[in-house]
Amino acid sequence: MSSVITRPQNEQAFIEEDGYEDHFHDHHHGDKYQSNFVTTYIFSMDHKMIAKQFLITGMFWAVIGAAMSLVFRLQLGFPAGDISWLEPFLGKWITISSSGVGSLSTEFYYAMVTMHGTILVFFVLTAGLSGTFSNLLIPLQVGARDMASPLLNMLSYWFFFLAGAVMFASLFLSTGPFSGGWTAYPPLSALPQASTGSAAGMTLWLVSLTLFVVSVLLGGINYVTTVLNLRTKGMSMWRLPLTIWAFFVTAIIGILSFPVLVSGFLLLMFDRGMGTSFYLSEIFIGGQALDHVGGSPLLYQHLFWFLGHPEVYIIVLPAMGIVSEVLAVNARKPIFGYKAMVYSILAIAFLSFIVWAHHMFMSGVNPFISNFFVIFTLIIAVPSAVKVFNWISTLYRGSIRFNSASLFAIGFVSMFISGGLTGIWLGNSSIDIQLHDTYFVVAHFHIVMGVAAFFGMYAGVYHWFPKMYGRFMNETLGQIHFWGTIISAYAIFWPMHYLGMAGVPRRYYSFANFDFTSQFGAMNAFITVAAFVAFSFQILMIVNFFYSMYKGKKMTTRNPYNATTLEWTTPIEGIHGNWPGKIPSVHRWAYDYGKFGEDAISQYVPVSEAEAEADKELVH
Amino acid sequence: MSTTGLISRNKIHPLRLALFISCGSILMMFGALTSAYIVRQSAGNWLEFDLPTLFYVSTGALLLSSVSLQACYSAFLKGHATMYRGLLALTLVLGLAFVILQFQAWEAMFDAGLPLKGNPSPSFVYVLSGLHAAHVLGGLVSLVVAVIHGFRLPVLATPRRKLRLQLTLTYWHFMDFLWIYLLLFFVLQR
Ligand code: HEM
Ligand SMILES: [Cu+2]
Repeated sequence: MSSVITRPQNEQAFIEEDGYEDHFHDHHHGDKYQSNFVTTYIFSMDHKMIAKQFLITGMFWAVIGAAMSLVFRLQLGFPAGDISWLEPFLGKWITISSSGVGSLSTEFYYAMVTMHGTILVFFVLTAGLSGTFSNLLIPLQVGARDMASPLLNMLSYWFFFLAGAVMFASLFLSTGPFSGGWTAYPPLSALPQASTGSAAGMTLWLVSLTLFVVSVLLGGINYVTTVLNLRTKGMSMWRLPLTIWAFFVTAIIGILSFPVLVSGFLLLMFDRGMGTSFYLSEIFIGGQALDHVGGSPLLYQHLFWFLGHPEVYIIVLPAMGIVSEVLAVNARKPIFGYKAMVYSILAIAFLSFIVWAHHMFMSGVNPFISNFFVIFTLIIAVPSAVKVFNWISTLYRGSIRFNSASLFAIGFVSMFISGGLTGIWLGNSSIDIQLHDTYFVVAHFHIVMGVAAFFGMYAGVYHWFPKMYGRFMNETLGQIHFWGTIISAYAIFWPMHYLGMAGVPRRYYSFANFDFTSQFGAMNAFITVAAFVAFSFQILMIVNFFYSMYKGKKMTTRNPYNATTLEWTTPIEGIHGNWPGKIPSVHRWAYDYGKFGEDAISQYVPVSEAEAEADKELVH
Repeated sequence: MSTTGLISRNKIHPLRLALFISCGSILMMFGALTSAYIVRQSAGNWLEFDLPTLFYVSTGALLLSSVSLQACYSAFLKGHATMYRGLLALTLVLGLAFVILQFQAWEAMFDAGLPLKGNPSPSFVYVLSGLHAAHVLGGLVSLVVAVIHGFRLPVLATPRRKLRLQLTLTYWHFMDFLWIYLLLFFVLQR
């Protein structure tokens, strides 16, 4: 039987015939774009270059943030160990005892924990993940020449860069960076005299994060506008790949929740600088009563978590989108339940705005009100489970290609299940009485957000590396990276559940003084060793990344994975405007894998009459 | 702005859409602060006071400026040069007057024994109206640009210039709306 699918003979010629003519190449853009080193690599307005800038900056911060965790893990795993060898790097933050044993100063321990959280959550998993892939994929996959406003897009990166520069500078303050936890609760964050890190460190933290919000908003506004307004002909919303749906909804969540964080920060700045009492009340410092009265620290927690909870979905949704796409391509099957996937993204986004108080069950909110938050929190498990079910069904009976990208995508699903289940425990306010502020929470969010989002990011990097650099990353190293990472990540975080159930509190400098915590010395040592192992596998990944950039296997065809989405119809060597001539028109959804015996049918391929007939047969 | 060459197959211009989305973002910021106000108020220990009357005067100025900018936009479309230029200048003056009046209102509050520090009730009014004024200043910058264009370029409704003025107009109306919201909030949420 001959196939019902009619494929154009020559892809490029067909796009020139069928594509959308926007007269893009009629004007000359050369002087504004990529005409010299500065406009090409530094102040670039090309979304593909901006994506790489986000990625490399994110990698820089990932190394710094992870190294910080190693420093405080040394303290937790080997509290009596001598770390005087770190003195050349950390200087006065290492205190040397009279017997010559070096240990981490307590202030710096808290500073490292705080910086680790801030950097990983905002700079790596927000900017590095959605900044990179929204930029790279939105224009390429919706069929646009670039973002709606390339200028604002460039500014988005540079505000991120500036935010990073300010935070980086705060690391070198004589009083140290901020040390009151990534959530920056008052009074530690509101009173400069509350601790050393609360002084200049906190001021720079606030400046940095405010700049960061500007970056997120400029980026997000651009992403939403581009998706709504610049899709190519035939690209209806229901034909968008799930990556784009995820980035789109992520951007909307960011646009709605980050301004609320700024509001919270604004009141904090007034409390810090102008002596107002929004968050402060009846406080004594060093035996002296402050004249702040009438404030409420709970107010800050509400404003913070109104962003804070959506933020965790800002982190994980892009990873989910990438995983959906990578799984479908590598299982050679349409994603299972495409519409259900879209609706669950929307449901998660909506619910993420009405569950924030599950972070405050133990902060003294009314237990009656807590009940509402328990219910909505548990309901989030429904769309989450739908997604997990659909990923597994996509894999089921697929002809799976096991490669670095698909392994990381599968690893994501594993992590998301493990961490999602513990979320259901924590979501019950009565169980949370025991588990709140223990290592159980640390285990929960690192698995479901930290590791899972990293896995999504890695899946994306391995999968789209050829699109970015025209070469492939080394497969063997990639698979070693995967197995090393998944094993060591579980080795780090699995035991933490037991610590937490036993009541070991998070953010403590030392566990030596209580029997119920000091009994876990060996377990803490094990976790620290696993953390070092995990870190070394990430170094391997970075080596692979830069090595492959120059020496990797070259990409010789436009569509090496035989995928369906539009980014694989652009030339191997990325050009300004993405397509050399017309923009391809779109005639079908993004997941025609294995249809009528065809391995894959690209979105630009028209539906022939025979195929339309056969489609009708299928429905009946 | 640099959107040349980007296709938009929809009716609404991408920058206009981007502006609408930004307004949504700003709205969330104010929504958060007014929610915080309600939460804090319901906790008790809340100072009751009368808003300075200057707030009502400034409201008049802002409302008038919105009307005049709208009329200015229609004059621009019809090519009525004098009308367009005059109304543009008038809008700028009214906008400046609004900011000055807000400043005087804060002074009046301070003189009435309601400092920024102290009970959060007046602090909220300062912060909310101050944040709004900061956003109005942003609008004033774009008005100044519009005035410079208005007086130095020939009065010609090209698509580009129409879009520019339209964006300024949209933002300005939004500022107007936002202030009305805040004022009603202050008055009703006592
Ligand atoms: C089934 C879904 C989930 C439920 C029911 C859930 C529930 C919870 C609850 C109740 C807490 C507060 C625990 C406490 O502080 O005592 C919490 C903490 C946290 N969750 Fe989840 N969660 C879920 C999924 C996720 C996802 C998908 C992410 C991120 C992608 C995430 C990230 C976090 C983070 C970052 C924290 C801790 C923040 C901190 O205190 O520093 N959770 N989760
Ligand atoms: Cu949450």
